[in-house]
Amino acid sequence: MHDLQAAFQLAFRLIFTGDADLMEIIGLSMGVSLTAVLLACVIGMILGAAAGVLRFPGRPAVIIFLNALMGLPPVVVGLGVYLLLSRAGPLGVFGLLYTPTAMIVAQTILVTPIVAALTRQVVEDLYEEYDEQLRSLGVSGVGLVRTLLWDARFSLITVALAGFGRAVAEVGAVMIVGGNIDHLTRVMTTAIALETSKGNLALALALGIILVGISLIVNGAVSILGGRTGRPRHA
Amino acid sequence: MRDSILPLRADALRYSVDGRALIDGVSLTIEPGAFAVVLGPNGAGKSLLLRLLHGMLPPTSGKVTWANGVNGDLRRRQAMVFQRPVLLRRSVEANIAYALGALGVPRRQRADMIDLALTRAGLEDSRRVQARLLSVGEQQRLTVARALACEPDIMFLDEPTASLDPASVQRIETLLSDANARGMAVVLVTHDVGQARRLGRDIVFLHGGRLAEQSSADAFFDTPRSRVARAYLAGEIIV
Amino acid sequence: MSSRLAKFWLLFMAVSAAACSPPAVAAERDYIILQSTTSTQNSGLLRYLIPKFRKTTGIDVRVVAVGTGQALKNGRNGDGDVLLVHARSAEERFVAAGFGVGRRDVMYNDFVVVGPRTDPARIGDLSDVASAFAKISARLAPFVSRGDESGTHIRERALWEAAGIDPESASGAWYREAGSGMGATLNAAVGMGAYTLTDRGTWVGFRNKADLKILVEGDPRLFNPYGIILVNPARHPHVNAAGGSAFIAWLTGPEGQAAIGSYRLNGERLFHPLVHR
Repeated sequence: MHDLQAAFQLAFRLIFTGDADLMEIIGLSMGVSLTAVLLACVIGMILGAAAGVLRFPGRPAVIIFLNALMGLPPVVVGLGVYLLLSRAGPLGVFGLLYTPTAMIVAQTILVTPIVAALTRQVVEDLYEEYDEQLRSLGVSGVGLVRTLLWDARFSLITVALAGFGRAVAEVGAVMIVGGNIDHLTRVMTTAIALETSKGNLALALALGIILVGISLIVNGAVSILGGRTGRPRHA
Repeated sequence: MRDSILPLRADALRYSVDGRALIDGVSLTIEPGAFAVVLGPNGAGKSLLLRLLHGMLPPTSGKVTWANGVNGDLRRRQAMVFQRPVLLRRSVEANIAYALGALGVPRRQRADMIDLALTRAGLEDSRRVQARLLSVGEQQRLTVARALACEPDIMFLDEPTASLDPASVQRIETLLSDANARGMAVVLVTHDVGQARRLGRDIVFLHGGRLAEQSSADAFFDTPRSRVARAYLAGEIIV
Repeated sequence: MSSRLAKFWLLFMAVSAAACSPPAVAAERDYIILQSTTSTQNSGLLRYLIPKFRKTTGIDVRVVAVGTGQALKNGRNGDGDVLLVHARSAEERFVAAGFGVGRRDVMYNDFVVVGPRTDPARIGDLSDVASAFAKISARLAPFVSRGDESGTHIRERALWEAAGIDPESASGAWYREAGSGMGATLNAAVGMGAYTLTDRGTWVGFRNKADLKILVEGDPRLFNPYGIILVNPARHPHVNAAGGSAFIAWLTGPEGQAAIGSYRLNGERLFHPLVHR
């Protein structure tokens, strides 16, 4: 209990004094995760929408596989990307290991299946509802996917937020491919891990509180900007 | 003006699933400006017939032909309205704009067509309202307005006013008869015999996937020829 | 999404990708990647030394703090320029296999055995660490091991061997292999009220000691020397050999050695310069 109180006080102090290290770490966390989520949404929403609309042999297996990938362990993704980007690996020549780029790559790989699987479900449900009417209007192919994605935009925002939550909260992938290098690849979660390993539990907890706070702010902002409410009129 | 895509001819249409014929040898003709009401007990295949005529399903055998073998862009000259209104998450006017865009109407022509459609349907005051926030009656009025916006030669409707309040039913029936008076053909599936009497000029009576009777409305309601039709009009349950 | 929006995103991604790509050629890099043990980071030593080095040479040092085992593996793959580790035999094998060159001694500190204040195995009055380990084993007192092939872990295993004990046969019982860095291992020991072997540098800086304290120290077998190795540029041409050599030279030269010796944490000197010619 005392630790928790100390942690809250520390968290407020860090924020209000605008601690430079903290700001740097927050900035990198947001930069890496937001970029990864953006990329994951571009790839995942199109893939998911296509899977929701197209009928092809083996479709049920693809859907099961996609859903299962939502449970990809971050540390496994980190390991996989490390093996790819390591100097001893196939993409080593680019020297991307231990850079924010590597972290973005890893998190994009982690988040894309989540976005794709959830988008597939959202789009498929909508497609069921709209199928006949849109066919009657002669809408198909790319136009169909575009219409469904735009119409599902509120649900898709939630999907993107789910992806963001996953990205900003994971530590396994960014630790391995980023190396938690001070002033370069240290993000909130790896900083928390480091402070915990130094026994600085109050500081680790404080950083955790701040991270949760950031997540709240992001979700709150999206909710306000999305700004859609309204009750259906009667007769 | 351009040529109408009607008359629409169905020749020995047959639609089977797993060997069972749900539509069995239906032939009929819809002339330009006709108002045909499709009646029949549940499971008779009315909705299925509508979809076959509209081209949404391919028949197992038989064919659907349009005027002069027109095959080209039939989409723009037909429209279909379903029992439950299907509207996109956008404003009332945007829904109409979307349909016009999907049917290939150039952007600069759309504004006038949208205005006209909204005025006819009495929805001008709601043009910027989110379509899904309208009442059910208003939503269905919107789908009819959307369908009418492109001035189709023929409109198919699948029980459009089932479960709507009487005021909405009346407004929609007015929209349809007005459009029909302007020359648009209507093929309407309904369970409401009263509605069939009010609107229909030709009756197509289906039973068990077959065309049990087809005649003018007057003839049908005065002296139905088939036993099934008589039983139906008398309010009996037909299996 | 309109095509204008799509074009914007393509441009955005292209620019981001370009902005993120590092210089590919070693000679252009004004930094080195140092694969180091966790003790040099957790104790704050590197944070103290690196700015001094940068001021003198203009070269930045990017520290990836993993265990000795992982540092050596990364060095083998070429994912780093310099290694700073503390496992002499492993280091020598690394160089002998051709993965590293120019190995130098840098500094030393010592290991200590920490444990609960209540000291159930009664090792607090011992100066012989092998006997201490024997008593822990006899008492079946909980002991947390790094279990991660780090320098500390390698030394710990050697000490069990010196005591004639095979603790891994009791793995999961009183002998718990945490498979973690020193800090996480200490947290585990605190949580379990267990004994563990740690380097003094990490211990002094550790802020969650709770009721653990140093029980055994000073045994010559607890001597802990650190070595520094350049990843073999002949094997990995991209290695920043110039920068890496500069760092090694500085760290083993008068300026670096003095800096090491002057570092204090909580008033204690944690690392001792080891100047070997």
